[in-house]
Amino acid sequence: MDKLRRTMMFVPGANPGMLRDAPIYGADAIMFDLEDAVSLKEKDTARMLVYSALKTFDYSSVETVVRVNALDAGGDQDIEAMVLGGINVIRLPKTETAQDIRDVDAVITAVEEKYGIQVGTTRMMAAIESAEGVLNAREIAQASSRMIGIALGAEDYLTSQHTHRSADGAELSFARNYILHAAREAGIAAIDTVYTQVDNEEGLRHETELIKQLGFDGKSVINPRQIPVINSVFAPALAEVQKAREIVAGLKEAEAKGAGVVSVNGQMVDKPVVERAQYTIALAKASGMEVD
Amino acid sequence: MVKNKLNREIPTPYADQYGVYGGEFANIRLYNEHARHIKPVKPDHSKLVASIHDAIVATGLKDGMTISFHHHFREGDYVMNMVMAEIAKMGIKNLSIAPSSIANVHEPLIEHIKNGVVTNITSSGLRDKVGAAISNGIMENPVVIRSHGGRARAIARGDIHIDVAFLGAPSSDEYGNVNGTKGKATCGSLGYAMIDAKYADQVVAITDSLVPYPNTPISIPQTDVDYVVQVDAIGDPTGIAKGATRFTKNPKELKIAEYAAEVITKSAYFKNGFSFQTGTGGSSLAVARFLREAMLKQDIKASFALGGITNSMVELLKEGLVEKVIDVQDFDHPSAVSLGENADHYEIDANMYASPLSKGAVINQLDIAILSALEIDTDFNVNVITGSDGIIRGASGGHSDTSAACKMSMVIAPLVRGRIPTIVENVNTVVTPGASVDVVVTEVGVAINPARPDLIEMFKHLKVPQFSIETLKEMAYTITGTPEPIQYGDKVVALIEYRDGTLIDVVHNV
Repeated sequence: MDKLRRTMMFVPGANPGMLRDAPIYGADAIMFDLEDAVSLKEKDTARMLVYSALKTFDYSSVETVVRVNALDAGGDQDIEAMVLGGINVIRLPKTETAQDIRDVDAVITAVEEKYGIQVGTTRMMAAIESAEGVLNAREIAQASSRMIGIALGAEDYLTSQHTHRSADGAELSFARNYILHAAREAGIAAIDTVYTQVDNEEGLRHETELIKQLGFDGKSVINPRQIPVINSVFAPALAEVQKAREIVAGLKEAEAKGAGVVSVNGQMVDKPVVERAQYTIALAKASGMEVD
Repeated sequence: MVKNKLNREIPTPYADQYGVYGGEFANIRLYNEHARHIKPVKPDHSKLVASIHDAIVATGLKDGMTISFHHHFREGDYVMNMVMAEIAKMGIKNLSIAPSSIANVHEPLIEHIKNGVVTNITSSGLRDKVGAAISNGIMENPVVIRSHGGRARAIARGDIHIDVAFLGAPSSDEYGNVNGTKGKATCGSLGYAMIDAKYADQVVAITDSLVPYPNTPISIPQTDVDYVVQVDAIGDPTGIAKGATRFTKNPKELKIAEYAAEVITKSAYFKNGFSFQTGTGGSSLAVARFLREAMLKQDIKASFALGGITNSMVELLKEGLVEKVIDVQDFDHPSAVSLGENADHYEIDANMYASPLSKGAVINQLDIAILSALEIDTDFNVNVITGSDGIIRGASGGHSDTSAACKMSMVIAPLVRGRIPTIVENVNTVVTPGASVDVVVTEVGVAINPARPDLIEMFKHLKVPQFSIETLKEMAYTITGTPEPIQYGDKVVALIEYRDGTLIDVVHNV
């Protein structure tokens, strides 16, 4: 079943207090940032801090992701420290080609081998932040078996497109849809870009409704206050949950009978629908709904 | 050395003098109310005196007496410093001072202590440099820390006998009718000063807004006031009452508030006619905001809000979600204004607010209190007076009063502050006994006092992570490490009175 990735919260790597408090806000994933949120002279500090945080604090309730620097800018050291620290996912910024992914994959593999960690334990995701990256999204999404998702980074992308964010997001429609298709083709998650106006709850809600309707799994988050808003948009409707419960009950019945085919109310149900129903149940639970 | 019920060691002479803490209501007994001397005023007599100096002369203040002040002007107060400077100039020594609290702005007290002008202090709290000086052992006699209700009790019972009360008055007429809602520097309620006025032998009202007789509304009546002095300024209005307290955007404070609101709204107390008191911290104010949403959604109205009033409560009053605001002190300008304008916003004195020896304080009618803490230990004891370095830097306030009397007391605090754990094995200083504390709320979840099995049952399905207090402590220590014990000296620098007058703890020098 797909993991819940409604919210992926950015946490600056050089801020110990935020590293400590990150798990309490109910984000599905925390993304420690060693890249843009860390000034050049603090790169080593941030790397050490995030490593120590991974070793010290209890992040078991969230998926841990780290945004590393480019390989030619200390990214290899970042990857070594993070893999050793037990990070779940390495997120590569400004991904433009499938080769970028393969290069990072090779570094991760080397680190895993060096420390006796089972190769493949550490997963990857790519952030796409340019026209080239968008157009290569299909290859990027399929470049490594470690890949769990691709994310759109709209700020740099729109600058490269000679435009800027607007309320209805028309300027992002191609990138969003293309990335989403690439993700779905590869069977991985699609994460939408951040919403930068932290005090505009209505705007965030509107944008989240849009990307949920498109089919995104979730959104990157820059402030914990955005989490409840996004989660509430992703909460499934009661009817949806009810239907999912029937399908999951049908699955259990089929399993008990040893039947290969799941049927609900006499209708056969396909495997993707069953999986989607399981996801809906997980979503409902995470949204605080009574499902049992 | 005598150990009290919480196993805190109280040096024998102090234990003999005050008694030691033996339980929340173990020492509540019949008593005779303290009487005051009254100099009757004849029709042709004027209460107006030309200066603070003349007022001091008129009162006959002399060495060894007790004087008092109120702390409604907080960091904006000029009165205590003006009066003490004059007293020092006049060569009066060996005074006991009994302000309802002491702020950073009262740093000149340190010199008066060094010069022997002040030799005894009782107060709710001490801040910053004065607190540090006291903790360093500057005084021969320990400061007596009293809660707001405890101070009212001490005055009513005569444990504190005030010879002269010097009371800053935002407005007064020349016959001594005083209120805090009019004038140049308004503070709203004068709840703590009202007690001094009622029991002190002599009362000097010091005002910068002398208004025509009669000045109404009357918070402190002419029948309690001996002298009226007009000065240029009694305080800095911006330090007395800040603008509307802003709603926090700090996500951690909001998380704590969200959990606290969840506890309140899922409790059996949350129904039409409930009552509550919140503090002034970011989380505490945010709780009021979350409560508002729940009250609107569930169509629930509160019968009263108590405090320590801020704009957030005044807004609830205006909106009709709270029927009455009962007010012993205002923390911001809008709440001071509201007290002057809104008949449902009602001023009370500290005796009615919280005294354990009154004929029933308002806190006895209170459902839910939301309180803060510097430290909470695994016995649920709370410290609001000494910092992690052992230095006195806080105030007892109404903490032990409200938590003892209300139906559900909630202490809200972050698990750690910086590198300092808030949940600890043993608090440095006990101000409020664990028996009074029902729920601890942090950003990671809540701990319910096992002494309240009814609450444990009530919150069985609460959608907030629940831990034992020991687990919360472990979580804190995992982050900060186990704190080194503080190296205290042998000298007792402060006695922590429980609200009933017994000693719950002492503070040693550092």
